[in-house]
Amino acid sequence: MEQVNTVPESPTRIEGVGRRSFLRYVGGAAVVGGILSSCTPNDAISTSSVPTNDLMKYAKQKGNGMTVDLGTGEIAILNYAYALEQLEAAYYEALLANPYDGMTMMERTLFQDIRDHEVIHREFFKRALGSAAIQGLTPNFSGINFKQRSVAIDLARQFEDVGVTAYNGAGKYLKTDAYLITAGKIVSVEARHAALLSELQFPNQTAFAGDLPIDGFGLERSREPGAVLAIANAFVMENLTISLA
Amino acid sequence: MNLQNILNELETVDGEIIDRLAHVSRRNMFSMMTRKATAAAVAAPALMATALSSAYGQSGLPAVVVNVLNFALTLEYLEEEFYIRGTNTPGLIPSQFSMVFAQIRKHEEAHVRLLRSVLGSQAVSKPAFDYTAKGMFNDVFTNFQTYAAVSQAFEDTGVRAYAGQATNLKSAPAILEAALNIHSVEARHAARIRQLRGFKGYITKSDATGLPAAIYAGNDVVNQLGIDLNGIAGKSFDAITESFDEPLTMDQVLAIVRPFLA
Repeated sequence: MEQVNTVPESPTRIEGVGRRSFLRYVGGAAVVGGILSSCTPNDAISTSSVPTNDLMKYAKQKGNGMTVDLGTGEIAILNYAYALEQLEAAYYEALLANPYDGMTMMERTLFQDIRDHEVIHREFFKRALGSAAIQGLTPNFSGINFKQRSVAIDLARQFEDVGVTAYNGAGKYLKTDAYLITAGKIVSVEARHAALLSELQFPNQTAFAGDLPIDGFGLERSREPGAVLAIANAFVMENLTISLA
Repeated sequence: MNLQNILNELETVDGEIIDRLAHVSRRNMFSMMTRKATAAAVAAPALMATALSSAYGQSGLPAVVVNVLNFALTLEYLEEEFYIRGTNTPGLIPSQFSMVFAQIRKHEEAHVRLLRSVLGSQAVSKPAFDYTAKGMFNDVFTNFQTYAAVSQAFEDTGVRAYAGQATNLKSAPAILEAALNIHSVEARHAARIRQLRGFKGYITKSDATGLPAAIYAGNDVVNQLGIDLNGIAGKSFDAITESFDEPLTMDQVLAIVRPFLA
């Protein structure tokens, strides 16, 4: 039986992973994976010709029944970042282990660079958290066909977009100066990744800093931890939970 | 006008404001509101700003916050006018990049509007700028390579400048979040401009890519939170430095910007 009990802290501000689709996702998982598993990774998934936030269409719900609690307070936020970096690093490792046909040198170099940054972030948080660190997570990429170029890039772009919204929403929960400063050093690197992957997916347009991630105030969106975990949980075998003070 | 009225008004134009402010006021109040997100968010910077500053009560924004916001506004003024002039100069920006610079201009204009609105009468006025930086970039508006280089200088400086001010905004969580929301936009701009110039989208070590060294000084750091990351997971020194954008202090930023003040 799936455990999907991470409820968004507040209604998410992002279309496509809004409350409605989240509930649909929870419902689908509860009913059992029969319908969802009919989509195998070999099926071609159509990717949008314009930027969208529809990461959940790549989710193949499946869990190991294990709950991983990120904890409370600042440690929870650091573990939250550690969990997201684990997911991102694992994504690029999987992408590079299953390269799509015709991956150019430019593309490979970009993915390798980003993988290295995410691995460094992951290992940094692991060391910083020490004994407070959560376990290593088991990625669930079974619904993803890495061999389809458009899919591989679309997911990378969307994971980076989510990462930026996550750090943007988490800053206010960090009370220790050094943690806030460090999170700030990382979020802009994630934003650089997001821009470069957006450009790869939608070249010579405005997607690098597009109207989907950025609102009319010129502000990039934030997500609350609960909303981010609702997405992340679809791509790891464990069920992540967090308690915010 | 009380906060509730402001929020009710805001709510009709921008459902997102409820989330943006959810952590600075009573959570229940927001969760009870109906969310009617529309496409009219762009119409409401003044309302947004009023709500942001109103959250801090009658005493207004703390002085340290006002100081940071005026610092940010000065940088945004510098960027805004630069992109207005560049996009209005025929023949400067190659057509394949016109959408890039139009988009960046749009954001910098929005940032100026928002910061001015939040600051109200406390907003500093726009200084006069010299985009040649006292002769350092004489062909800035006639040579696209120079224009793009100066653009990168502003964007990367902006990233490092916002990163350096986060702790000064802790007393105002909604404004801290808004500053983070600007910060990542500047980083997206920086990455695209760097790429367009033929460089990697992230900063390797303190490589200045032909720009004044001060802009990238101190980015070659491998110690984070007291942890020496040298050799971590077998990754290179370059990769470690690319993984963290090191902040600049206000003084460091002002020293970089000073030549651009007329």
